[in-house]
Amino acid sequence: MSHAATSAHTEHNYLNHQKGIWSWLTTLDHKRIGIMYFIAIMSFFLLGGIFALLVRAELFTPGKTLFSADVYNRMMTYHGAIMVFMVIVPGIPAIFGNFVLPIMIGAKDVAFPRLNLMSWYMLMIGALITGSTLFMDRVDTGWTFYTPYSSIKTGMGVIPMVLGVFIIGFSSILTGLNFIVTTHKLRAPGITMTRIPLMVWALYSTAILQVLATPVLAITLLLLVAEKTLGVGIFDPQLGGDPVLFQHFFWFYSHPAVYIMILPAMGVISELVATFSRKVIFGYTAIAYSSLAIAGVSFLVWGHHMFVSGQSEFAGLLFSVITMLVGVPTAIKLFNWIATMYRGSVRLDAPMLFALGFMFLFTIGGLTGVYLASTGMDIHFHDTYFVVAHFHYVMVGGTLMALMGALIYWFPKVTGKMTNDTLGRISWVFIFSGFNVTFYPQFILGAMGMPRRYYDYLPTFTELNQMSTVGSWLIGTGFIVGLVAVIHGLIAGEKAGNDPWGGKTLEWTIPSPPPHENFDKTPVVTGGPYEYR
Amino acid sequence: MSTANHAGFHHAHHFESAEHQYQSSKQGIWLFLVTEILMFGGLFVAYSIYHSLYPQIFHAGSKQLSITLGAVNTVVLLFSSFTMALGINFVQRGLRLKAIIALAVTIVCALIFMVVKYFEYTHKFHVGTVPGKYAYTDETRSTTKVAALVKEAGQVSAEEREHTLHMDEEEYKHLRLLNDTHNWPLFFGFYFVMSGIHGLHVLAGACLIFWVLLKVLRNKVGPEYYTPVEGVGLFWHVVDLIWIYLFPLLYLVG
Repeated sequence: MSHAATSAHTEHNYLNHQKGIWSWLTTLDHKRIGIMYFIAIMSFFLLGGIFALLVRAELFTPGKTLFSADVYNRMMTYHGAIMVFMVIVPGIPAIFGNFVLPIMIGAKDVAFPRLNLMSWYMLMIGALITGSTLFMDRVDTGWTFYTPYSSIKTGMGVIPMVLGVFIIGFSSILTGLNFIVTTHKLRAPGITMTRIPLMVWALYSTAILQVLATPVLAITLLLLVAEKTLGVGIFDPQLGGDPVLFQHFFWFYSHPAVYIMILPAMGVISELVATFSRKVIFGYTAIAYSSLAIAGVSFLVWGHHMFVSGQSEFAGLLFSVITMLVGVPTAIKLFNWIATMYRGSVRLDAPMLFALGFMFLFTIGGLTGVYLASTGMDIHFHDTYFVVAHFHYVMVGGTLMALMGALIYWFPKVTGKMTNDTLGRISWVFIFSGFNVTFYPQFILGAMGMPRRYYDYLPTFTELNQMSTVGSWLIGTGFIVGLVAVIHGLIAGEKAGNDPWGGKTLEWTIPSPPPHENFDKTPVVTGGPYEYR
Repeated sequence: MSTANHAGFHHAHHFESAEHQYQSSKQGIWLFLVTEILMFGGLFVAYSIYHSLYPQIFHAGSKQLSITLGAVNTVVLLFSSFTMALGINFVQRGLRLKAIIALAVTIVCALIFMVVKYFEYTHKFHVGTVPGKYAYTDETRSTTKVAALVKEAGQVSAEEREHTLHMDEEEYKHLRLLNDTHNWPLFFGFYFVMSGIHGLHVLAGACLIFWVLLKVLRNKVGPEYYTPVEGVGLFWHVVDLIWIYLFPLLYLVG
């Protein structure tokens, strides 16, 4: 590019296209909206992380360590609600999906730019309402808001909390809708559905889930509000309702939501593995369709959250089998990534380390999921720390590893500057090792019978809990190093150039940072997304 | 003056053509309507579960609803869907004045629907057929307001019921049936939540139709560009469609 020689000041790109805070708050540019999501979601992540560290600190010793049980319950609730609804669910799609999806398919923007901005504002409004409950009547239900505790027993703070989540859900639906239409309608000439990058396939499958699952959460939360304000009795056993119906509804959304969290992460990993192995991805179609398969199966497995809720044995059996079925498309992806690395020129830059960390941790999370999907084992493990360890391995080990990998991978494209690779690797070492130190002991704790959510525990469990708490400090350190890497990169990062990693997807063919309208000329694509050799 | 004299429409920069933008917008609207149906789907599922568990509650409850008023509202909404469709057609053909009339009639229908709903609701508040805890006279949930009313009505003659309590024999019979049914407020929980959320959609729809009406008045839409009119129209048809399911479910099935 002729631009490369000129200095950063004269380059015309999306960052200096318009100036001032107002131009950001009213922007319709998907890249800027992606950055706004990044800032917002990372702030939520910091908050949720602080709650996590406090929860772990409280569990350092049995009995009271720092706070009362009431404060502990609230912190645990906010940790869960913030992390799930405001960090992991919107995380990768809203930040990186917004930034790279249109570029990857050769589009100038998402299909509905105004709607895109509106989604961001809805996330902000929802987060404000949810956050405001910190200063209101207590919310100590856990992020699942299970009835009858949430509907009858606890304080009225649940109402604004749930309404905040409802609005956040709207934001999620609108983002998903936007991505589906963008993928269908805005692909550049030559990009057929089987030539789009795997990240786009993952985001597309996620978007389908967002659109189809979230409305059920919406009505569930509205019913909970109606229950609390009008006493409609749909969930209240005293009035003839059924509290377990809430669980059915809740998990009919929230189980697919687990894949809303993980599918985009898998998309990121596909990109990373292909780029850093310098090889055509192995089994493109298998990886692409396995995303759709996961999305499809995810709607049929919610009952595994309810093995001990009194559902029929036959239902338990069915949900058990279907749940294990999810392992098939997941394994397809994993084996294809490994096959891609086989005889590839694998480079262990920081993003690739995070990708390998993802595969390692997600595999442990996935395999322990098989234990929990077996009805007999689940009765032993139900509501113990085994479950906590399992879903942290899947969600944190999976999604947050991918988020960090994506952050370092696309940082040069977003800012035009590189992050320091050593800092990135140090961050990875801390997060990866700290993560195992934190959550591996929890498998053992759970198998020994320590219940989840509890404020107190038996003295027998002390050592393992302390190990876990120390691990949480290591993770915290790792993310701080990651933050330092980002800030250092912004201030003193080397100039990146168009394609610092040797990526082959479309976003690496345009300047970094990209121009306002992404492409000077609409690209015409004649081959697949990963043409290495 | 049959052809609209609206400003020439330019498609957004990231679309190839106006047609491309129109097709994309339409797909977006359809996807949004899918989410609406799924949201009501949750309510329909809950309704059918409880209906099969407690058929007597739903039988006694549905007797309290006025089939006449419900039917009037059904006809009003069906007619409004017709006028909405006409409105879209007129905008597409550039018949501005006719489009304005059709859209205005649609809004009037929406308002008629809400007024009828208002009378239905106030009557429910009056006799005490309301959901959950509000149906009871005390905190312990031992007596319902309906029980108190039925008791009062039982002590007077039929004529006095008609005059002082505004209650005809039919209604008295139905209220007694309801009063004999254990836990009937559950039905009104469903009634108020389902018809209430639908009512909010009617109001939202009326506002949206008003918005496109303004667009017609300001010549912002016409034969070359009518996406918002058509989108709002699709939304309005779904609102109508949901009512077509709600009416038999709440009023007739019991």
